[in-house]
Amino acid sequence: MIAIVDYGVGNLFSLKSSLAAIGATATVTADPATIRAADRVILPGVGAFGDAAEKLQKSGLGEVVVEVAKSGKPILGICLGMQMLFEKSFEYGEHKGLSLIKGEIRPIADVIPKNLKIPHIGWNALHFGANKHPLFKYLDEGECVYFVHSYYGANCKESVIATAEYGAELTAAVADGNVMGCQFHPEKSGNAGLAILRAFCEMEGTVC
Amino acid sequence: MITKRIIPCLDVRDGRVVKGVNFEGLADVSSPVSLAEYYSKNGADELVFYDITASAEGRRLFTDILTEVASKIFIPLTVGGGINTLDDFERVLGCGADKVSVNSGAIRNPSLISEAAKRYGDQCVVISADVKRVDGTFRVFAKGGRENTGMEAISWIRHCVDLGAGEVVLNSIDTDGVKGGFDLEMLAAVCDAVSVPVIASGGAGKMEDFITLFGTLPKVDAGLAASIFHFGEVKISDLKKEMKKAGIPARLV
Repeated sequence: MIAIVDYGVGNLFSLKSSLAAIGATATVTADPATIRAADRVILPGVGAFGDAAEKLQKSGLGEVVVEVAKSGKPILGICLGMQMLFEKSFEYGEHKGLSLIKGEIRPIADVIPKNLKIPHIGWNALHFGANKHPLFKYLDEGECVYFVHSYYGANCKESVIATAEYGAELTAAVADGNVMGCQFHPEKSGNAGLAILRAFCEMEGTVC
Repeated sequence: MITKRIIPCLDVRDGRVVKGVNFEGLADVSSPVSLAEYYSKNGADELVFYDITASAEGRRLFTDILTEVASKIFIPLTVGGGINTLDDFERVLGCGADKVSVNSGAIRNPSLISEAAKRYGDQCVVISADVKRVDGTFRVFAKGGRENTGMEAISWIRHCVDLGAGEVVLNSIDTDGVKGGFDLEMLAAVCDAVSVPVIASGGAGKMEDFITLFGTLPKVDAGLAASIFHFGEVKISDLKKEMKKAGIPARLV
């Protein structure tokens, strides 16, 4: 069973439907016991970092996610949920994240040319580098996925497993052992997105 | 490289797609669900559903089909038509829509844009503008293009973006239905005025019209059309290949 952590940010309808479409059993939950009992956990999120980090902390679910991550079960953060995995974010101030991935969240405006639009919205190609991570085992180099974001993962070089080119090389996905994150939305990325979710569902925990 | 989006638009009344649709191998051509599946498989980057229902019963049917589409199709869905209040946003987002397009509702009450952007984020709010030339100036029309609001279009669109609209759909009434190509002059004026994505609508008659659009106006992010896709005059998968050949970034499926 997959637990989709419900901490009050974003619309989880498509995520739940896309997991159902690949035959996975998922439950949207805010219950710590259910999250601890799950085989794997997805941390979603849409909106602003500060607000979401506060909700995650106040609900106590942040601690639960960290605990599950330390247990070795596969964890996938999506969009703002990926950003939550980082140490901190500079979106409207400075906010602490869950520190499961080394690095920080910074505005894409810092690194892309002025003539490009913000947010980075639309379908963009994924680049995997020399070693393709198991999360992308069903994808070919250059397949497109759907992005909507104005901030990106910075100073996380050792965790980057995919990038997208938007006037600069932007972090598209990260992984550190069993903890993974996608800046894009697999649940909105057609067959490529479903293939990523399928690969995630097939992963074994690292320490269990 | 971010790709240029191709977006079919489906007008839905009482839960069925209106305007004749003609596809080989598609048994139920007015089912929004089968059409959405067809487009999704053939390379559409996003779908727009426009609810042209007037009755409450029709609206309920619309949300039912939207829920069904959203549970089967995993590409971004934009919903428009009859969006006048935050409750309308809530209703369609709850059914799985990703973005909500406002038109007459925003003309009547511009703060709808700022309130929705604050609650759901800028990326969720699309301003759709029906624009026509009147005595040499661009004017905004309301009520499906029937009523001249008297407002100058470029400043209206810029105002909507300032209020928090994250995307603009520009529908040129002058080129709509003519099939002679997109309204490049009007689109250029809007692209110069705003820094959010601009979606071109109205006038597509053939594949070359999209090539010309993206070739001439690199700032345009997407092309939207209805009948040429519905009637199979342009197949999206073929269009994507042509775009790629012309050096325009496109997502092939």
